[in-house]
Amino acid sequence: MAAPAEVEVERPAGRARVEEEKPWIVIVWNDPINLMSYVTFVLQKLFGYSREKATRLMLQVHHEGKAVVSSGTREKAEHDVSRLHAHGLWATMRQD
Amino acid sequence: MFRRPIERTRDGDFRLALSGEERELLRGLPAQLRSLLEADPADPALRRLFPPAYEEDPEDEAEYRRLMGEELLDGRRAALETLETTAGRDRLSEEDVHAWIGALNDLRLVLGTRLDVTEDVYEGEPDPRDPLAPELAVYGYLTWLQDSLVSAVADAFPSP
Repeated sequence: MAAPAEVEVERPAGRARVEEEKPWIVIVWNDPINLMSYVTFVLQKLFGYSREKATRLMLQVHHEGKAVVSSGTREKAEHDVSRLHAHGLWATMRQD
Repeated sequence: MFRRPIERTRDGDFRLALSGEERELLRGLPAQLRSLLEADPADPALRRLFPPAYEEDPEDEAEYRRLMGEELLDGRRAALETLETTAGRDRLSEEDVHAWIGALNDLRLVLGTRLDVTEDVYEGEPDPRDPLAPELAVYGYLTWLQDSLVSAVADAFPSP
């Protein structure tokens, strides 16, 4: 039967593609100027997060210095970072 | 300060209750930031307005700047203009309030960077003998106003 042999041949290529498509993560960093209420507001406004989820992420930024707020393709991460930058948040992105 | 400077009305817009002095301040500040943006985009006080997206790769970062720099700057200018031109109004649309929140945040980012504020700045009253007291008072005022505006619009977001 031909099918299993094809799977064998395709596997390395598939793996390489998975490597390339490792998700990018968007990180928001703590800073002393952006208000806690404002950070929560921005996360709700941009990502449609519930108040509970946005507050949890904001508190993580506040207490731990940073939090991953979104992830996805490079294009999506860059779009999210630019929207966070437009709102004055200190956001960066990297491949996870 | 326990008064509420802004309230959502039944019509869905917002009623603004500010003194003439406050409105004067809010009308004047955008021009100051705009001239700073035009005169010296590399001024260290502006660095918090344009943080890097890619911290590890200068080439990716340069490309991000090239693609997004102008758009980010235009958005900031538009919000400052809204604050400047609507500072005298008694009613604001929801869109105006969002622009105010953004403009106030940008003003706070620049003023706060200049003043090198820490999280302690929100505790207690500023010392009137501090040579930076007037600027700290403006910073404190903008903080209070921004927080009030955020509370006024945040109730429109869906609850879990």
